[in-house]
Amino acid sequence: MTRTPLSPSQNTTDAPSISESTQRPDNLGRFGRFGGKYVPETLMPALTELETAFYEYRDQPEFQQELQGLMRDYVGRPSPLYFAERLTQHYARLDGTGAQIYLKREDLNHTGAHKINNALGQVLLAKRMGKQRIIAETGAGQHGVATATVCARFGLTCIIYMGVHDMERQSLNVFRMRLMGAEVRPVAAGTGTLKDATSEAIRDWVTNVETTHYILGSVAGPHPYPMIVRDFQAIIGQETRVQCQEKWGGLPDILLACIGGGSNAMGLFNEFVNEPSVRMIGVEAAGEGVDTGKHAATLTQGRVGVLHGAMSYLLQDQDGQVIEPHSISAGLDYPGVGPEHSFLKDEGRAEYYSVTDQEAIDGFQQLSRLEGIIPALETAHAIAFLNTLCPQLTGNPRIVINCSGRGDKDVQTAAKLLDMTS
Amino acid sequence: MGLVLDCMDALRDRGQCALIPFITAGDPNLETTAEALKTLDRSGADLIELGIPYSDPLADGPVIQAAATRALQQGTRLEQVLDVVRQVSPELKAPIILFTYYNPILNRGIEAFLQQIAEAGARGLVVPDLPLEEVEGLLKPAAAAGIDVTLLVAPTSPKERIEAIATQSQGFIYLVSVTGVTGIRSQVETRVQDLLLDLRNVTDKPIGVGFGISQPEQARQVREWGADAVIVGSAFVKRLAEGTPAQGLKAIESFCRSLKIAISQ
Repeated sequence: MTRTPLSPSQNTTDAPSISESTQRPDNLGRFGRFGGKYVPETLMPALTELETAFYEYRDQPEFQQELQGLMRDYVGRPSPLYFAERLTQHYARLDGTGAQIYLKREDLNHTGAHKINNALGQVLLAKRMGKQRIIAETGAGQHGVATATVCARFGLTCIIYMGVHDMERQSLNVFRMRLMGAEVRPVAAGTGTLKDATSEAIRDWVTNVETTHYILGSVAGPHPYPMIVRDFQAIIGQETRVQCQEKWGGLPDILLACIGGGSNAMGLFNEFVNEPSVRMIGVEAAGEGVDTGKHAATLTQGRVGVLHGAMSYLLQDQDGQVIEPHSISAGLDYPGVGPEHSFLKDEGRAEYYSVTDQEAIDGFQQLSRLEGIIPALETAHAIAFLNTLCPQLTGNPRIVINCSGRGDKDVQTAAKLLDMTS
Repeated sequence: MGLVLDCMDALRDRGQCALIPFITAGDPNLETTAEALKTLDRSGADLIELGIPYSDPLADGPVIQAAATRALQQGTRLEQVLDVVRQVSPELKAPIILFTYYNPILNRGIEAFLQQIAEAGARGLVVPDLPLEEVEGLLKPAAAAGIDVTLLVAPTSPKERIEAIATQSQGFIYLVSVTGVTGIRSQVETRVQDLLLDLRNVTDKPIGVGFGISQPEQARQVREWGADAVIVGSAFVKRLAEGTPAQGLKAIESFCRSLKIAISQ
């Protein structure tokens, strides 16, 4: 029994199953009531073009060969599934039993996060669609860096939209993008964070759609993006399944991942959605606390709305104005969430919780000290949830945490908060 | 069919091209918005598009984005915008078309929203982030509430989509004249002429051209190419926001007249 009292379906052994025959999304780009295409008419033909290209190329042997070759030789896949021995010991009961904690090491990918999986897949599509100009939004800068990287690799023009606040707190990544030849355009609107950068990227796309491909970085946005990004990130879960089989001849019991827009979580979860014995947990940013109003806990605190082209849970006020979120982590600082997560939540298939800025900082330190792995502040949210989760577990369940990114980019932010003189 | 179409048809019968100014509600404040509606109405506006300020205006360029931000910073609420419409619309001959993004509609509930704006006196609705595929759920309740929902056609729309949009659009068809967001541009793209022809081949409904039209000469050009209406937004919003409210009102009054003269020649 590995259920916790927090679980919405604690009286059953398995999560509600989602039929394997259910196509996600449907032909209209919907996951249940979520998803869709809420964009200006100007973009509709481009979304159709992208969808057509994706269906045309994704199963084409030549495309797959190129993608898999680059994933191996350029990105460094497969990423290891690492047994976190000291983290496991830390959460062990007095009798030595307890959760067995594994890290899926997406932080070891080229560019230091899972974002490269999607950027690489999409750039290969863009190349085949004949688009020479690439745009992207970025929050923490990891998706921006991944996009700048693949654009350098393929010699494409690259423009990255980034909030001014995020440029300040993730200055290392700004430098990396510029070093690789990308133009980083500051976005000062709103809070100068990911939401505003995404809006500006969409405006650029509306203006330059005929020559430009927009590499959206999360499982958010209008159809077909949530599907495309998920499918390019699904390699995380596919490898995890094989690696679990090799290590213990079975499935993981619990999957744990942080959620901003939700691409690393969806990448890990997708392979196991139809495996009802696998419990899936997403961890959002509670910022200064969900009661303070300064948070980014969309799934746990939001209401259904439309942002950036998709219907999903959304942080909004009583007039339907989007609320400016807050998180210490630039990559989670987003008032929306991918529509498939909203679907998995409503279906009861996945569970979503949140941890505060302070808890994330503690998790950041904990993984650094116990395992010698400095995680991204985004990833640290998933790590931090172990404090809540582990005491509620029974037996020796195997937990796979998506270690979605490395934390070099966050050391300046963390240093301001941590007293390292002792 | 609703009052927006009636108004457009009446103008067309007289051989006139409609002038549709756009302003953002609540910028610089709601009192000025009420005055601006009256000013436009007596200065040549045939219909008026009133923008409900929204936090994430994806289809808008810098001028209207900034206006929406200012309006929201003033604390402008949807209820107050509807109060202005309720108070002013009986005095206007120009029907009011509300321009809003979809989330505020969804948030209130589609039917409740439509009833409330109809009750306040609005006659039409434009929702820039609700394309043909998503609009179905809005059209029927809008017809029941007496609100014309005008759909947009873009330069990138393929011919079969143009036809489908033209069939569904109510009041008129809103032809977006640029591949891009709203804003002031120095020239109107010549392909607007071809787009107008394409549209004319598939529909008898009135066609309004907007996005990027900011000068009387551009308005006249679009009229000569066969538009039934010219929609001017950022150029009004910018003028209204400059200087004091009184100066802004004066500026939009003379600008509105100059546009009307340009398309009446």
